[in-house]
Amino acid sequence: MIEISHVDKWYGPSFQALRDCTTSVSKGEVVVVCGPSGSGKSTLIKCVNALEPFQSGEIVVDGIRVNDPKTDLPKLRARVGMVFQHFELFPHLKIIENLCLAQQKVLGRSREEAMAKSSGLLDRVGLNDHARKYPAELSGGQQQRVAIARALAMDPIAMLFDEPTSALDPEMISEVLDVMVDLAREGMTMMVVTHEMGFASKVAHRVIFMDKGEIVEDALKEDFFGSPRSDRAQKFLSKILSH
Amino acid sequence: MFANFDFDVIRRSLGYLFFDGMTFTLTLTGLGALGGLIFGTLIALMRLSGFRLLGRVAGLYVDLMRSLPLVLVIFWFYFLVPFIGQWLTGSSRPMHVGAFTSSLVTFIMFEAAYFSEIMRAGIQSISKGQPAAAQALGLSYSQTMRYVVLPQAFRNMLPVLLTQTIVLFQDTSLVYVLSIPDFLGAASKVAQRDGRLVEMYLFAALVYFVISCAASFGVRRLQARIAFVH
Repeated sequence: MIEISHVDKWYGPSFQALRDCTTSVSKGEVVVVCGPSGSGKSTLIKCVNALEPFQSGEIVVDGIRVNDPKTDLPKLRARVGMVFQHFELFPHLKIIENLCLAQQKVLGRSREEAMAKSSGLLDRVGLNDHARKYPAELSGGQQQRVAIARALAMDPIAMLFDEPTSALDPEMISEVLDVMVDLAREGMTMMVVTHEMGFASKVAHRVIFMDKGEIVEDALKEDFFGSPRSDRAQKFLSKILSH
Repeated sequence: MFANFDFDVIRRSLGYLFFDGMTFTLTLTGLGALGGLIFGTLIALMRLSGFRLLGRVAGLYVDLMRSLPLVLVIFWFYFLVPFIGQWLTGSSRPMHVGAFTSSLVTFIMFEAAYFSEIMRAGIQSISKGQPAAAQALGLSYSQTMRYVVLPQAFRNMLPVLLTQTIVLFQDTSLVYVLSIPDFLGAASKVAQRDGRLVEMYLFAALVYFVISCAASFGVRRLQARIAFVH
């Protein structure tokens, strides 16, 4: 489903954000990407739907080369859902319009179709009562659930999550993770940048550990949590799991 | 002190002053602001487009307009537009352009330079995550601008845009150089006809003052409301 091979990315001439990153996510697989801040994990998943350009290597999503100048990027992005750290709901639009906008303008769905799809998804994340409110009237956890529903409204073939819970107050993290766990159990292909190791151990198939722009470890979940091979991953795990 | 003044001249000319003069002034202000906003938004998008040449051209235009006195631009357009029209249509004679059309074109072009700077600041005030989220949903660049970025930029900048429109409302009086009877022009005509300069100019000043002040007050209230929503 997602093939990443030998991707290098520089910010400016001197700082290399990604070094020779190679991995893949197959259909229905849930892959958690973790690592210290600044390790390039967010950059890597933003490369998957071409929100970030990269200089060399190749990423193929569902048979389509992301870095091919001939690729219709809006079309590709419409098929890959993305959830951001800071939700990024559109503040000038009501919740229901946040969900309808791209369905109507990108997929060409009728108003009725889009509305039906949107309310169904808002129901699913438990927020249909808030459909007529503006994003600012909702809590962070509610906003992030809306953001997930907004991505799902496009019927994506895969979902990318960029630290979906790290901007949330602690008591709101679980309501968002619950939605993500359900999604994973339904067989959605997911690539999740997160520090939530509980989520990783519950639903991930594989865990990728990154440091300084490199994929240091790419292992099945059991192997990663059981006996990480690299020192850096062991150190990272002991730091975040010690509490 | 007012013994020799005839304030009745105001009452007698109210119809002319407001139905002809003020109507013209408000029409010019409204259409000038609307056209300036549309054209100015396009210039702002050009400057932010990332195509260097396009950005240069737009930047040059803004700098040019902002470094010329408005009266000069009004004159320039009045004398130039007929020739540009001739050149565009390829006709053998300068195109006939009325004073209203000419002044409207002037104000749109001139105000566009100012509105473009306001809209540029508005667009830059939107966090990068917003266009990223729109693009991640598959919206194209123009859809992202139209449905996500520009509505927010416009809303954030509305008080500044309206304040600029109040300035424009006052600046429209400069069309007197083309002998167009806007509100001030109409007042000035009556003043000279009846020899009542002090009365008419006092009244004109009062009307501009009341309208501008009321509008500024409205903008401040709007600003407070927008600040409250955020």
